Amino acid sequence: MTPDRSLIEQLNGTWRDPPGVWGFLTTVDHKRIAARYIVTAILLMFLAGMLALDMRWQLSVPENTRMTPQLFNESFSLHGSTMLFLVSVPLMEAMAFWLVPLMLGARNMAFPRLGAFSFWLYFGGVLTLWIAHAIDVTPDLGWFEYPPLSGPAYSPGHRADIWAQMITFTEVAALAASVNVAATILKMRPPGMTLARMPVFLWAMLIASIMTIFSMPAIMLVTSMLISDRLVSTHFFSVAAGGDAVLFQHLFWFFGHPEVYLIFIPGTGFVSSIVETFSRRQLFGHSVLVLAILSIGALAFGLWVHHMFAVGLPRLGNDFYTAASMAIAVPAGLQIFCWLASIWAGRTWFPTPMLWVLGFLATFVIGGLSGLMTASAALDLQLTDTYFIVAHLHYVLVGGAMFPLFGAFCYWYPKATGRLMSELWGKVAFGLIVGGFNLGFFPMHILGLMGMPRRVYTYSPGMGWETLNQVATAGSAIAVLGGLVFVANALWSYWRGEPSGADPWGGSTLEWASASPPPAWNLAFTPVVASLTPMWNGGGALSVMDGISVGKREVLVTSVTGAGPLYRQKSAAPSVWPLLAALAVSAMFLGSIFTPWAIPIGTLPIAAALIGWFWPNRPRAKIGPLKAMP
Amino acid sequence: MTGARDFEIVGTLANLPTSATGPRHLVWWGNIGFMVIEGTGFALAAAVYLYLMTQTHVWPPKGDVLPGLLWSAIFTVGLLLSEIPNIWVLRCARAKNLAGVRWGTFAMGVIALLLLVPRGFEFAHLGVSWHQDAYGSVIWLLLVLHTVHVVTDWGDTVVLGAWLFTHEVGDDQFADVEDNSNYWTFVVLCWLPVYALIYWAPRAL
Amino acid sequence: MSRFAPIVLTLLLGACAGVQTPLSPVGDQASALHSLFMLMMFVCGGVYLVVLTGIIWSVLAARARRRQDAKNGSDKVLSRGLYTAAAVIVAGLTVLIVGSFIADRALIAARDDDAMLVRVTGHQWWWRIEYRDPASRRWIETANELHLPLGRTARIELDSGDVIHSFWVPNVAGKIDMIPGRRNIVDLTPRRVGWFRGQCAEFCGAQHAHMAFDVKVEAPAEFDAWLARQDNPVAAAAPDMPRGMAVFQGVCGSCHNVRGTSAMGRAGPDLTHFASRRSIAAGTLPMTRGGIQGWLAQPQALKPGTSMPTVPLAPSDADAVATYLETLR
Repeated sequence: MTPDRSLIEQLNGTWRDPPGVWGFLTTVDHKRIAARYIVTAILLMFLAGMLALDMRWQLSVPENTRMTPQLFNESFSLHGSTMLFLVSVPLMEAMAFWLVPLMLGARNMAFPRLGAFSFWLYFGGVLTLWIAHAIDVTPDLGWFEYPPLSGPAYSPGHRADIWAQMITFTEVAALAASVNVAATILKMRPPGMTLARMPVFLWAMLIASIMTIFSMPAIMLVTSMLISDRLVSTHFFSVAAGGDAVLFQHLFWFFGHPEVYLIFIPGTGFVSSIVETFSRRQLFGHSVLVLAILSIGALAFGLWVHHMFAVGLPRLGNDFYTAASMAIAVPAGLQIFCWLASIWAGRTWFPTPMLWVLGFLATFVIGGLSGLMTASAALDLQLTDTYFIVAHLHYVLVGGAMFPLFGAFCYWYPKATGRLMSELWGKVAFGLIVGGFNLGFFPMHILGLMGMPRRVYTYSPGMGWETLNQVATAGSAIAVLGGLVFVANALWSYWRGEPSGADPWGGSTLEWASASPPPAWNLAFTPVVASLTPMWNGGGALSVMDGISVGKREVLVTSVTGAGPLYRQKSAAPSVWPLLAALAVSAMFLGSIFTPWAIPIGTLPIAAALIGWFWPNRPRAKIGPLKAMP
Repeated sequence: MTGARDFEIVGTLANLPTSATGPRHLVWWGNIGFMVIEGTGFALAAAVYLYLMTQTHVWPPKGDVLPGLLWSAIFTVGLLLSEIPNIWVLRCARAKNLAGVRWGTFAMGVIALLLLVPRGFEFAHLGVSWHQDAYGSVIWLLLVLHTVHVVTDWGDTVVLGAWLFTHEVGDDQFADVEDNSNYWTFVVLCWLPVYALIYWAPRAL
Repeated sequence: MSRFAPIVLTLLLGACAGVQTPLSPVGDQASALHSLFMLMMFVCGGVYLVVLTGIIWSVLAARARRRQDAKNGSDKVLSRGLYTAAAVIVAGLTVLIVGSFIADRALIAARDDDAMLVRVTGHQWWWRIEYRDPASRRWIETANELHLPLGRTARIELDSGDVIHSFWVPNVAGKIDMIPGRRNIVDLTPRRVGWFRGQCAEFCGAQHAHMAFDVKVEAPAEFDAWLARQDNPVAAAAPDMPRGMAVFQGVCGSCHNVRGTSAMGRAGPDLTHFASRRSIAAGTLPMTRGGIQGWLAQPQALKPGTSMPTVPLAPSDADAVATYLETLR
């Protein structure tokens, strides 16, 4: 059967957002929130990409005067901070927000208002950094601001404060998002989707969320310590008063290394979904892939010192970190084998999303191998802080995470919009981006080996670095052009693309069961899952259950391991409180840049907003004896 | 492959309850998530303390007065004793004992407020200012971090109590009381290592 | 590009002979690292070729299967492949880890106990360099130019006067950070004479790009003579001292030291033997008359942000100071 019209009308009525601007400000629909994240992050990616192109222009000839050193330092700081904190991590969260409930056949996230709060707070961080840039208070010390350079003695003014508070914003948002995603995956799986029947994508998102929960407190702590050194004269990092500059690096990289992997791991989830669908067979080595992601997630917390080999720490420790860092190659290599095996053993076809998977494999492996080189404590002394690292980190982050993301974008675009993207222009964009990227970044390995340090705004003509820098600049320009084609294709297809129907690729997982674009309530019924690939049941009807309320917002909560139905949970309606709470938190963070009193004073509006948020809507107590409800 | 799929209804969820308690409840997991985040924060702050300690020969640095033991002992004993009413409230919430959760939550609000008094004296008797040296900075960091948690839970308890006395209480609110109670236990448990670090590490190590 | 990259790179490696590159090592330490690098290139290049072959093969096999509407490949074959892949990866990693440990040990082994001591302190954005005279045990100070005796090990003690810098002479050894409050050590054992170049490798503020230094490896006798010259103060001030010297002592002496004169500042580089150096302002300008005059006239244009202020000197005074500086050999 298909859901009848009256059921659909009823669901629409229950899950509808208020119309107009008010609906925009109060929505708790996970798809709308995710879409906002994605649009914001794509705009930022464009801006940060323009900064990159400007820097490439500056470096294309020695002693260029296009940029002053100050402008160059601001540019790479803004580029790195934006890409790492405001683009990569939020984009992965957005993909989780958008897809996790759909893939679970659930109506919304576990904590809908918290999702809205995450976005608004993230957006506060975006505005903080970029408005600061507009009024010339741009951070200028890179995406990791080591003291003492970032301390009060060497960085007067508020540039470093802006950087530190932007991080606090985005990390509070990311932590809230991670709790939301983890709780949704653990407690809202459809009946029958035991842990063993959970698609790799969901495992990837779950593990990335848990990694966030354990790693991001470190960066919040360390930026808070930096702020308090700057603002109230604590001495965490000042040597003269017993502090230690290297402490900052330990805490930063205890977060920073897991961060790289929690950007990469969702990418492995995308690749797994795409490969399964297009190879038309169940993914080979499901449990190997899951175990690989788990072990990458665990190892990620034991590697941070490999960012600090040149600090001069004890050698025995360095040996350990070398071995642990290289050990990552085992799970990563097995993942690659499993994907290739699935492609090889299936009747695979290769539309644009699959091309991105191939581009990812060919590019990411280079980044992985150069990672092995930098993992060696000895060899890293020649490689770290040179252009070799610039090349390496772009190969793993762009090749390893952005290419899968672009593939995921093309793959799920028809689900989100109901239209197909142009294959032709998709392939053109793919060719330009992958070709331009490799042309732009491969030479940087060689530049690093030719002695070019990173973060230099210029170099002298005698160094012999011109030609390769020019090649790199040309490659970057081509990649940016490809990015524009990609976005243009997405925009054009949004209005003019061919209608896709619910399931254009014959996908294996539950998000393809809903209409395209999915209605606010996602699926009319609760699916019952009996395999890893619930959509591949021979084309028959999907087993579902009814009984989740259609007259009020309600979701199903199930047990953690066996996904057995436990109870029906009320799901939050649209609310303005998340926005108000985010505004209050933003006001406190921004105020604390200027005075420590902003913290106690700023707490009051936050408390008010949170009380409003959590105040349960129930009847007032009546006079007389009260009885608990059954 | 492009049309919407047919559904076959194989059962109904209509008979399920509409609330749950403990780990069955969705919000319980959210609460745990935030506890893990804050617990990691505490663990890292403790690591900062130990790291800075290993970087110097004399701890605390010469000239710094050791933190006072009296008020911190009063606070610690009081905090530990507060677990008794706290667990009682938790049991009331599980038993859906309305009068119990109302008066218990009220009592917990009063107890947390009273505990802030010795906490205030603790700050006064830390013996060193945060801007004196790195040792001072890190013990202030630990104490402020914990105090923020006490104050947060106190605020939460007061608001919850006010609501409980003025509204009809349903299953979800009993679950809220339970979560609030669990959170207080978390605040108590976090204090023990922090207490050991601030007051006993400089004396014992 | 990526497909042929390893080959291109290998070709380039052979052709490279720069003054600031790990690819043409002239020191024991850099040689050990270079061997490790070649091992890594060989293993990683091989692995990459295998992966590329795997990708192409998988795509071709899948297309054929789809064309012929053949059945999916069996998991049994794939499982065997999985174990093989795991074994190959572990074997490759073992080679790399052992190689890395051997190179790491080689860096320690190069240390010898009668090494010459040199202290290098990073400043925004220049290098203070002090040699310990083996005979007198006094420290002899210079700046921005490091001389090393051929075949002897120089033990460089690294320190920082302000923020974190990183000391890197890639042709001789790997980089080590200069961190305030920590004393790091790097040993340099050069095996070929010539001029090389070092550069700061940790972002240290506005002029990180212009924080370089020249390195001269020379025969021990030549080095000893150079060090002896560096130890000499300039001739004591005579009543009829040149005008440039007077102006220098009055204007520049509060920041710069010229031993033997009343210019005794410590904030900036020691200029006692300024003109004996190859470049000005930490590798920013060549040591020429024009370079000196330019630097005196507009330091903030040439190196924006430098601590060297634009000193308002009359043209004739500036000229005299430049002339005086040229005599500091």
